[in-house]
Amino acid sequence: MRTIMRASRNGLFSAASVAFLLFISVSAQQTPVVVQPGAPGQPTRTLPSSTRATLPPASPADVQFMQHMIMHHAQAVEMTALIDSHTANKELRTLGARISRSQSDEIKFMKRWLTTRGEPVAPEMADMPGMDMASHQMKSGHEMLMPGMLTAKQMEALRNAKGEEFDHLFLTGMIQHHNGALIMVKDLFDTAGAGQDAELFNFTTDVDTGQRAEIKIMQTMLGEKP
Amino acid sequence: MNRVHEIIFRLLLVSLALSSCLAATTLAQTPSPSPSQDATKAPDKQEQANPFALEPAAPLPPGMTGSDTSDPRAKLTPGIYDAGEAAMGIKHVLLVKKPDAFQLGADNPDDPKVQKMLGQMGAGGETSKMPKPVQLVIAQLSFANSDLAFQGNHLFQGNFYGLNIFDISNPAKASLLTTMICPGGQNDVSVYKNLLFMSVEMANGRLDCGTQGFPPAPPHPSPAAGQSNPFSAPPAQKDRFRGVRIFDISDIKNPVQVAAVQSCRGSHTHTLVVDPNDKNNVYIYISGTSFVRQSEELAGCSGGKPDKDPNTALFRIDVIKVPLARPQDSQIVSSPRIFGDESGAMNALHSGGTHGKEKPSDTDQCHDITVYSSIGLAAGACSGNGILLDIKDPAHPKRLDAVNDPNYAYWHSASFSNDGKKVVFTDEWGGGLGARCRPNDPNKWGADAIFHLHDNKLSFASYYKMPAAQGDSENCVAHNGSLIPVPGRDLEVQAWYQGGISVMDFTDAEKPVEIAYFDRGPIDPNMLVLAGDWSAYWYNGHIYASEIARGLDIFELTPTKFLTQNEIDAAKTVRMSELNVQNQQKIDWPRKLVIAKAYVDQLERSQALPADRVATLRTAIQAAEKSNLNRKSVAKLKGLAPSLDQSAGTTSAADANRLRALADILRNPAR
Repeated sequence: MRTIMRASRNGLFSAASVAFLLFISVSAQQTPVVVQPGAPGQPTRTLPSSTRATLPPASPADVQFMQHMIMHHAQAVEMTALIDSHTANKELRTLGARISRSQSDEIKFMKRWLTTRGEPVAPEMADMPGMDMASHQMKSGHEMLMPGMLTAKQMEALRNAKGEEFDHLFLTGMIQHHNGALIMVKDLFDTAGAGQDAELFNFTTDVDTGQRAEIKIMQTMLGEKP
Repeated sequence: MNRVHEIIFRLLLVSLALSSCLAATTLAQTPSPSPSQDATKAPDKQEQANPFALEPAAPLPPGMTGSDTSDPRAKLTPGIYDAGEAAMGIKHVLLVKKPDAFQLGADNPDDPKVQKMLGQMGAGGETSKMPKPVQLVIAQLSFANSDLAFQGNHLFQGNFYGLNIFDISNPAKASLLTTMICPGGQNDVSVYKNLLFMSVEMANGRLDCGTQGFPPAPPHPSPAAGQSNPFSAPPAQKDRFRGVRIFDISDIKNPVQVAAVQSCRGSHTHTLVVDPNDKNNVYIYISGTSFVRQSEELAGCSGGKPDKDPNTALFRIDVIKVPLARPQDSQIVSSPRIFGDESGAMNALHSGGTHGKEKPSDTDQCHDITVYSSIGLAAGACSGNGILLDIKDPAHPKRLDAVNDPNYAYWHSASFSNDGKKVVFTDEWGGGLGARCRPNDPNKWGADAIFHLHDNKLSFASYYKMPAAQGDSENCVAHNGSLIPVPGRDLEVQAWYQGGISVMDFTDAEKPVEIAYFDRGPIDPNMLVLAGDWSAYWYNGHIYASEIARGLDIFELTPTKFLTQNEIDAAKTVRMSELNVQNQQKIDWPRKLVIAKAYVDQLERSQALPADRVATLRTAIQAAEKSNLNRKSVAKLKGLAPSLDQSAGTTSAADANRLRALADILRNPAR
């Protein structure tokens, strides 16, 4: 009797523990953990399962960068639009088509980025300290240019050139133009809190890499056709 | 948009396509020399009406052909979780959606959480012009999934916001174990034993895995007119992290950060390198593609030009040595100038090899490197070039060869064939953010390029692009893939973003063909939203795909005329304890009859053997299987081997390999 009772008590106990273990493993599978590590050497914290994602604050420098880069890119598109009527250089035509595609593509992207965030696609003069284009233009008599952009005089020269002269002006001008974009990207990342938006981060990285690549191609073309 | 690459994250609305041509054409037709400012002042009317509207694709360049519009994948219905699907030779097993901690916790676009997140992203503006379901996706895209790694029954899925770990012991019922929050993008992952490595490049990355990033600087109160940077406050942050994080994952539910190795350009991707001769250390190659940070933030960092600054962080990769016993002591031990030459120039690659006329672009970075330690080589996809490296001394890789390609925009990734005689490179034209598989997109652009590898020299063989036309709202270009271990064939499963996944047979390097696929319709028909498959890898019998917006997809191969059940079963005999695709492992097949059956199927398909000999082989193999390899059946198998060897003299190289491998198994089959 005692023996039997003990046996059955043990049996009950094991059944209960099996059930308990099953419960644990099932519930473990159903509720994954949410954790956040600390800095190296620090422990990892467990967060409530109700944790939801958050983002770093938006940066005004990001907005300004996009607005200015739209202006910057627009000039490249304007330059490439001259190619068909100004030169028969096949290599340059191919390059121009590629630049035009990518810069127009990027303009669309930047406009969407700004519009999505409720920002104007062009800087509002009065609200933009240091970027007061209207007054700058009035005082100096020159248009406001982003780094590397061709002056009105340079653009005029390009429009008036044909054939090899155009090729040369186009390549040197576009190299100057692209180098300006690199400066703009560098300035952006030299600004606190800028470039934390993933979309913008990737975009600027692309601009940087893409324009560096095109500069190299254009330098090579210049070397081959002095 | 050369590079973009991976980046994927422009999460939002990516522009569709080559709007440029349209714009260029318009300008060309109205050659009134408008001052450059004019173009910037007012967006055109159409854009004012809806800045998210799609534009038609540019015409195909002369002499090029585009994607196939008659393919069933060309016109699938849109949807986030209910998009139309098309498949051939692939069965969808499971989709595990992104966990709540990496999204809004809302499935209803009208949920206030959606607008709140859009607001957090700064999207206060014209969201009303976006379709509602798209708002939902966009709000969640700050948490894009990235690359995959595998270990035992665990799958590790990177995400720009952290990492998810899944239990895949039963792939059909894969379940989430751990969500680890640690933003930094793109959080590409690798695993080795108890260590997990993660790539961080973005400016919001923090040593402490915090989500708050860093505070933006206010505009300067009174900057000089025309000053290019009117914002105050120094950007250097001692808590910023860009580089490779190392976690101890001994407790899979409690990963602990043990080291964070800072680097000048951060880590866009990284590659685990295991030296067969070194049991105490592993190495990590860092591929950095982003901006070089200030020396105020990380001492010694400079983005100077190579002729001006011999210590520039450009034109190099960085190598981390990880002591396995003390991973906390991991550090960068070398920064090889793999783009240099013997004269000491570090930017020598523009004179590298080529199979086209156009010179390579300025190669100062690798996007991704795949190492194949068992043959002592690595293939680097390095912006303007594909390169080949000798990695026998892992800390000091040496360049052996470099190629470029007139149709390539951005060299993105690489993988070797198992025999090491071919390399597949990918071109991420448009960076994964654009629609690049439309009928008018050339099928040599944004494609794979297959190269022969012979005597440490690469030579071009052909292009492969997922053949189906995709819509204007589907980002699509070649992206990450892995080999499928079918013996006797070179198969690669590959992700094409919203172009889905495609399995390519490149056994014949000159004539790659598609043998299986899976695709969904676009997230939205009217707006390009970043989504689709980042990577698709075969691991121990299943295909796993990291879907940027939707979650983790799991697939099985199913037999078709292009791939038999025997071949699938043969692939399933290959088991790996760990898979980091960029650390390529040599596949060896067991001498089992299931492998033999796969070879027989292949020899039948290629008609290398006549029907009667195929039948004889099948009968003999079946008898051997049924009798559990009794003496008589084994003798019969052995007797068939010599004639196979003989036939190998008169067939194609691929069939000769199959015939010899088959003969080898028949001589001495394993149980």
